[in-house]
Amino acid sequence: MARQVGSQASMLGKVVWVCLLLALVVVVAVGGLAGCRPRTTTTLVIRGSDTMVNLAAAWAESFMAANQDVQVSVQGGGSSTGFAALIDGSTDLANASRPIKDSERQALQAKGKTPVEFTVAYDAVTMIVNSTNTVGSLTLAQLSDILTGKVTNWKAVGGPDRGITVYSRESSSGTYAFVQETVMGTADFASSARLMPSSESILQAVAQDKTGIGYVGLGYVSSSVSALGVAKEAGATPVLPAVTTVLDKSYPISRALYIYSAGDPSALGMSFIEFCVSPVGGRLAEEVGFVPTK
Amino acid sequence: MRLARNKTPGPRRRAGAHEGRPAEFVLAGLASLSLVALGLICLFLVKDALPLFADYPAGGFFAGREWQPVSTNVRFGLIPLLTGSLVVALGAGLIAVPLAIGVALFVSEVAPRWVRELLKPAMELLAAIPSVVYGFFGLVVLSRWLQSAFGLNSGLNALNGSVLLAVMALPTMVTLSEDALRAVPQSYRNASLAMGASRLETMLHVTLPAARSGIAAAVMLGIGRVVGETMTVLMVTGNASQITFLLFDSVRTMTATVAAEMAETAWGSLHYHALFAIGLTLFAITFAINALADVMLRKKVS
Repeated sequence: MARQVGSQASMLGKVVWVCLLLALVVVVAVGGLAGCRPRTTTTLVIRGSDTMVNLAAAWAESFMAANQDVQVSVQGGGSSTGFAALIDGSTDLANASRPIKDSERQALQAKGKTPVEFTVAYDAVTMIVNSTNTVGSLTLAQLSDILTGKVTNWKAVGGPDRGITVYSRESSSGTYAFVQETVMGTADFASSARLMPSSESILQAVAQDKTGIGYVGLGYVSSSVSALGVAKEAGATPVLPAVTTVLDKSYPISRALYIYSAGDPSALGMSFIEFCVSPVGGRLAEEVGFVPTK
Repeated sequence: MRLARNKTPGPRRRAGAHEGRPAEFVLAGLASLSLVALGLICLFLVKDALPLFADYPAGGFFAGREWQPVSTNVRFGLIPLLTGSLVVALGAGLIAVPLAIGVALFVSEVAPRWVRELLKPAMELLAAIPSVVYGFFGLVVLSRWLQSAFGLNSGLNALNGSVLLAVMALPTMVTLSEDALRAVPQSYRNASLAMGASRLETMLHVTLPAARSGIAAAVMLGIGRVVGETMTVLMVTGNASQITFLLFDSVRTMTATVAAEMAETAWGSLHYHALFAIGLTLFAITFAINALADVMLRKKVS
């Protein structure tokens, strides 16, 4: 008797589970269908630079609004990730905050494709310090000494008597490579430099750490930290990062932002790139905190 | 009358045992899948880690003191990563072990039944919280607290990682320690109490030592679990690849290195193989810890 009751209870249990599963399947299917775009959707996949990800996403949204049958998917992961994806064919376009390396170019050519480069915007890398730090500007040489760990106290560069904590991006970031090349040449970051996963985390860390110094893209600076003026050499006037100083090339730590394609881009890719450098795209770039090409 | 031997029906001799055979094979097959998976993972790790040593000296990897994978002078030194993982795991052990033993003693020896019923699900819930949630908590809340409590410049350091990992290791350690304590025969406790020892003295001087190999195994398994923890340490330790044993310094663990750098590397590059070599080392360490714990578990009090 108990056995029968048991199997009846488990029968009910089975029915309940099957119903729940069916309900789940139905909900997912309906949700999926509701979010679907019309069946003639063509997709453009763009991967790469984290510095450019917000910018690319803003461009993508605007582009999709103007072209209803197009789906543009933007992903970050770092410039190196974008190039790696271009090489193994998993992306149509690659966002990059640095030019393609020779090794990456060769890897692409080994697959029978040549990289095509488009400059779509400009960016300045802002050196940020805690808002309680009295240092307002540094030369490139001083910055290099700080980032490589040669100088470990702020008083050596005219600041308060405190240690220095360097906040950097991970080595996979194009911004890391750019700062390394521009500021330090061939030297490496100090082994005590903290490697943070994103520009936002660097911002947050420097805002909380009175000994901190870090670097973020111009588009990420907020009022919780102070931006440093940078002078090319001792005695030169320090220049603060801004749209004007990037376009007239007086700010030393600025760079071009690129979109690369393997071989000539598809018609869709080309029309997206043309949109990015158009006046509409340029205005969007300014809104996000970058510098348009014109 | 001779007693018939070997004629008592065992589980395999029941009527209808033959129709259970296919099911047994299927189940055995499924179980061996896990062995196959383990073997394949091992093979996969070795296959992608060994090519590193064709182009980079093994001594340079295992004894190297600098990890600079992206540089004009590339160096793949494991030591800073190894010490990073070690410091965070041992720190977690230091915090978790006394706590775990205390909780286990309380739950198995002292607590009334209703308290036990409340504590056990709570422990299990701790284990169910995703590691990225712990990481987020550490990044946003614990780092600020550590910064103000200890007057530090930054709360993203090994201590932050250790505290969070201790909380994550606690459920494993408590459950297994509790099992070990329960396995101590009641006669030990009775004998001790009969000789006039108080309950506390019995717990500390009789029960606990009797369960020591089980508790040691619990500790090892808990630490083995946290050595492999990735997301939490990636978010809270600051990821500085420096050799240090101070809990207030930032460290970089092996797991965080693989997680942070894997996305960038092109397939088949030297960096790619170096990351697999780290993975192989991690696998070997965790395997050794688990094997040791297993040996200890077998040495139970007779």
